[in-house]
Amino acid sequence: MCLAIPAKVLSVDGPLARVIIGDTEYNASLMLLDDVKAGDYIMLHAGFAIQKVDEEEARETIRLLNEVAGYSPDTDEIH
Amino acid sequence: MKYIDEYRKKDLILGVSSEIKKISKKEISLMEVCGGHTMAIHRFGLSSLLPPNISLLSGPGCPVCVSGQHFIDTAIAYCRQPGIILTTYGDLIRVPGSESSLEKEKAAGKDVRIVYSVLESLEIARKNPGCRIVFLGIGFETTAPLTAAAIVEASRHKLRNFHVLSAHKVMPPVMKALVQDGVKIDGFIAPGHVTAITGTGIYRDLPETFGLGVVVSGFEPVDMMQAILMLVRQIEAGKPGVEIQYQRVVQQEGNLKALKILNTVFRLADDHWRGLGMIPLSGMKLRPRFSAFDIEKVMPLGVPVAAEPKGCICGLILRGLKKPTHCRLFAKKCTPADPVGACMVSAEGTCATYYKYRE
Repeated sequence: MCLAIPAKVLSVDGPLARVIIGDTEYNASLMLLDDVKAGDYIMLHAGFAIQKVDEEEARETIRLLNEVAGYSPDTDEIH
Repeated sequence: MKYIDEYRKKDLILGVSSEIKKISKKEISLMEVCGGHTMAIHRFGLSSLLPPNISLLSGPGCPVCVSGQHFIDTAIAYCRQPGIILTTYGDLIRVPGSESSLEKEKAAGKDVRIVYSVLESLEIARKNPGCRIVFLGIGFETTAPLTAAAIVEASRHKLRNFHVLSAHKVMPPVMKALVQDGVKIDGFIAPGHVTAITGTGIYRDLPETFGLGVVVSGFEPVDMMQAILMLVRQIEAGKPGVEIQYQRVVQQEGNLKALKILNTVFRLADDHWRGLGMIPLSGMKLRPRFSAFDIEKVMPLGVPVAAEPKGCICGLILRGLKKPTHCRLFAKKCTPADPVGACMVSAEGTCATYYKYRE
């Protein structure tokens, strides 16, 4: 029920963003989230953008986990 | 980055698993509150990657499951009124009420429509000015702001035929109720998308008052394993606290804009939870200034409360006291195709998850 999926913002038109997940495009209402621009990733939940995805934090999480798992980032690069 | 594939890497999952096995000494129970977490644990077989001293308990975080039969009975009573179009998320359509379901009512010709977003309900209201639209407001703090936003929109556009039947609930009171109820929990894997809205402040007294660890987790297998590792570290060190694993989405202060809309429209009210009964200030009802959109105010029906189905132990399962396999109806009289209790209906219900991934 609380399912939200990361979606890439293609364009913003007033209170509405056009976003893409895989190959499928959706509308995302921006009534609950400010400062969204094309290129951002947002979490899409039942037609609304509910939060942004922070790329820096995402990379940091993976880096920390690679450390725990004993990999060097060079050999296990994330694209 | 796609923010999914990176968090499903086998090597990372196994690496975190061996770290957990290395440092985990105490016998502990961790509760995943959210139905989405229950699904991820079973889908990816995460329990098998944990040492035997760590048990995972499923919690009350499936809104469809905890909302109970009376809500469905009330929804059915509304859809039987003339001039009503009932709109709902698909999750609720097959949940059995005491004598029918919305699916059966739809088959019998009642106007019940499944929507992906509450915004579609507004559209239906615009196109059908002669009807009253009743949207079933269900879900926790993640979903309730969407309903609130729709009510603000309806108010702004004077869409007077749009109404909500709210069973929206908030998470913290039920988490505390479980602990006070005596369920043995050492730490919570806290719901990522609820916390993306609320921020982490709502969990503050769990470590302070109850000595419990709390880690807000994402929904991919790597996220969940890391969250478990963080909880194990807290518990082994005897230093419970509130931490965020799901850093890429959850900020400490939450989503202030969503919280503002939520608080503008809703107020906290006592609410009934299946298996747990009445929990003070655990539900959300519309504030008086929005009562024109509250179907319970506009058209009160007073539907009687019926007894829960016989033999169903949903209530105990929702409190983490029993597993679905303890229920004598499980996979016999109660299956996803012909469910007895709500926990078997919702895809994220504990029983449905156990059924799908059972050995």
